[in-house]
Amino acid sequence: MATYTLRVRRQKPAEDNDQALAEPYWEDFEVELDPTLSVLDGLLQAKDQQDGSLAVRCSCRAAICGSCGVKINGQSTLACKTQIGEAQEAADRKHPDVDAGGADVPRSNGNGNNVITVEPMGNMPVIKDLVTDMESTHWTKIRRVTPWLLDDGNPPERERIVPPESMVDITQTIACIQCGACVSSCLSMEADPDFIGPAALAKAYRFVGDPRDVDTEARLNDLAQDPHGIYDCTHCFSCVDACPKGVAPMDQIMRLRRLAGHDHDIDDRNNGRRHETAFVKIIEKKGTLDESLLLQESYAQGIKGKLKPSKAAIKGLLGSLPTAIRGIKTGKMRSLPKLIPGIHPKLPGDAQDHVKRIYKHAEEHREELNLYISGVEDDEPAEVGASAETTVENAEERRDS
Amino acid sequence: MPRHDVLVIGAGLAGQRAALAAAELGVSVAIVSKVHPVRSHSNAAQGGINAALGENDTWESHAFDTVKGSDYLGDQDAISIMCKEAPEEILHLEHLGVPFHRNAEGKLGTRAFGGASQARTYYVADITGQAIMHVLYEQLMKYSDKVDRYEEYFTTALALDDNGHCCGAVMRNVRDGSMELFEAKNVILATGGNGQIWRPTTNALICTGDGIAQAYRIGAPLMDMEMIQYHPTTLAGKGFLITEGARGEGAHLLNAKGERFMEKYAPNKMELASRDVVSRAEQTEINEGRGFPDGTVALDITVVPKKRIHEALREIVLVGRDFAGVDITREPIRIKPGNHYTMGGVKTDTDGATEVPGLYAAGECACVSVHGGNRLGANSLLDTLIFGRRAGVHAATRAKGIGFSRVSKAVLTDEERQIESIIGRERGSGRRVSEIRKELGETMDKYVAVFRDEEGLTKALETVRRLKEEAKDAYIDDKGTVFNQDVLGALELGYMLDCAECACVGALHRTESRGAQFRTDYPERNDEEWLKHINLRRGDDGPEISYSEVTITEWQPAERTY
Repeated sequence: MATYTLRVRRQKPAEDNDQALAEPYWEDFEVELDPTLSVLDGLLQAKDQQDGSLAVRCSCRAAICGSCGVKINGQSTLACKTQIGEAQEAADRKHPDVDAGGADVPRSNGNGNNVITVEPMGNMPVIKDLVTDMESTHWTKIRRVTPWLLDDGNPPERERIVPPESMVDITQTIACIQCGACVSSCLSMEADPDFIGPAALAKAYRFVGDPRDVDTEARLNDLAQDPHGIYDCTHCFSCVDACPKGVAPMDQIMRLRRLAGHDHDIDDRNNGRRHETAFVKIIEKKGTLDESLLLQESYAQGIKGKLKPSKAAIKGLLGSLPTAIRGIKTGKMRSLPKLIPGIHPKLPGDAQDHVKRIYKHAEEHREELNLYISGVEDDEPAEVGASAETTVENAEERRDS
Repeated sequence: MPRHDVLVIGAGLAGQRAALAAAELGVSVAIVSKVHPVRSHSNAAQGGINAALGENDTWESHAFDTVKGSDYLGDQDAISIMCKEAPEEILHLEHLGVPFHRNAEGKLGTRAFGGASQARTYYVADITGQAIMHVLYEQLMKYSDKVDRYEEYFTTALALDDNGHCCGAVMRNVRDGSMELFEAKNVILATGGNGQIWRPTTNALICTGDGIAQAYRIGAPLMDMEMIQYHPTTLAGKGFLITEGARGEGAHLLNAKGERFMEKYAPNKMELASRDVVSRAEQTEINEGRGFPDGTVALDITVVPKKRIHEALREIVLVGRDFAGVDITREPIRIKPGNHYTMGGVKTDTDGATEVPGLYAAGECACVSVHGGNRLGANSLLDTLIFGRRAGVHAATRAKGIGFSRVSKAVLTDEERQIESIIGRERGSGRRVSEIRKELGETMDKYVAVFRDEEGLTKALETVRRLKEEAKDAYIDDKGTVFNQDVLGALELGYMLDCAECACVGALHRTESRGAQFRTDYPERNDEEWLKHINLRRGDDGPEISYSEVTITEWQPAERTY
């Protein structure tokens, strides 16, 4: 048994008007429980013993019903799946100097200990305390992707015969419990609330990847052409980190992109496919991202690094200027020389040959991003974390450009 | 006032299946649920769903296994219907898009399960219930013009017309606290079991027996409420479920000495004997000092190939890692028997009809009875779908032949007053609702568990009756309207106490050992006196007891060995 302080972000209906919310506030609950029990157990203890009006959706307590999506220490997750002892460690890591000021939320409970913060999920309106309105956000987006099997209307007498691995494949997305943690954590959705988002796109893969669905091409076309569709994802890995079930929504979005752009040759009006291809080609050639070539490659493909901007490329470049200037002004684009063509450094030694070999391997072996098929997860947690961080940086860079 | 031909209460597998079946017949349908439908507890069914679909399998074989598993208390007409209709239902689900596991030829593949003479369990990894339920919810979204969904609406009571027919229900919109009477020609209860009466339990917090108690309160008899399944493999303390599929894939049960103790109790079926047998074996090992000091035995999944574990038992890998800190691919995990399933429930016929006209029940809240004294693994999903569909079809057909009855609003006023009175209780006027709930859970797990006797059961019944009195002035904190979970918790406590009283009365009354009911003071099965169902009807001084015959068609009671 140990004592923990849960600092819960609460918000109640306004006193004079049920339709509106009063100002949010933080309230501390001291709870005493075994470190291996969950943050949800802590919240339920607070609710049972101290304040029954504390609202939190919950049911199974075992990470299968998807009710208790919240943010713990700022990270979107399920309250039932987060051990309270680990949440305390995470809070301590995040704020090693407990009594230092400056944070938006005071992190100390006054006794020199860090508090564990619990907030409602992001990217969704709050109804009360930790309860959010998933209907107007999450479920509306799910319905956007025609979330049911479109078959040929003539089911056979027996079952449909399909490759066994195809069923194992879509089991990864069927494993989604619709908790909304990925939606809550999605950085793209913060910028574009209309983004279809990680959960709904993973749901879309569930049908696209299903050989029994007859509308694959139309589904892919729809998701690629939608300005808030598959190319709206910035590859930040937040949803992969947040997902409690290993669905890895971003991986499913990348698979949708590969199917749309590569396999079905869908040229989207958002220039998404060409932008992506530009990345791939530049890295193949230079090993790292030469940003001076990015826009030009995106808008006028096939030049492979030689500066011969077409009209479309110039138009695209000009159109992007305000964004670039904003980036420079706000300090996001810190390295101006990066924008000058021709000075991008080459990789040292024979590193570029290694890169080429990776490309060759990737062309010859189609790796599917699916844990159910590869059967391994988290064997090297440190490495997974490191690669995630690198990609976050890449994503940042990409948004600058 | 919302008005529908068929009103389905509860949106797990039974409810969703009932709503879709009724809608197909062209009647107006509503489905209401106190949580969002995909949060329903059918999610938790991991291992699979049984059907005699294989070339060398027969429905008779499936039926016999089920009859034997039920310890001959299951009704054989109902069991025959379920097993005959199972293959078609599996194919229907496949056609809707459930990604069932395939064999190398791309056809439906099976896994072995407890108490079955053949491998006839069809599955989606170890998330079968979740996969099926999400696919049915996809269908509800597809047919949103035919089925009205009321998500996060809490049913507080059923309504009767002047003729004693069920004609609707009172709902509280959880989001804003508004109360409304939903009118209907027929009501189908699909509200799940009452596992929350026990603590710990594998059941979700929502499994509070609402529908069972609401039916009981308007005069429908409950049946076999003493038959409560303890699942052999649950995590100690937390009660989380480890699927029987683990043993189906070949995992062993070991005591603290490392012995595969099932050799002593079920030499033929070993770990795959029926659940009551395995749970009793484990509890015996624990009680006789051959368990671990924390009152557990071990489940060794490491004997299953690692790749197979990741593909077929992924959920259990996560449960082990997140809730027990154990990598099940590398070391055994400590488990014990834990409360799991309500075999009893609202008494129905094979069309789901209860004795109250217009009221149907299906799934875990109902007792048809296909599970009798002990349910076989992977038969519960089947039960929800077959009898959910049958109830939906029958209710829709009945609706076509009748008009709406005149509904008195008195029941709505009563319910509103009841809620006002709970909210109006002063803090400190009695005990906290949560305290009573905790005492109830611990009492039931102590006395109404794997092994029972008169002394313990009497204590349990006395405690439940005292708690019923205390619940009358138990107080809550939340006085608001929006998402007031506190007041709903007080209502749920009332349902739980009614169900608990019936479970105790049934267990005390049945002076024999059959299926999940093992009386140490009456250790033998007694067919002469007790091959019958116990029916409980609400009376002024608690449940009134009567009996009904067990339907026996082909399979005469015989000694049960595995």
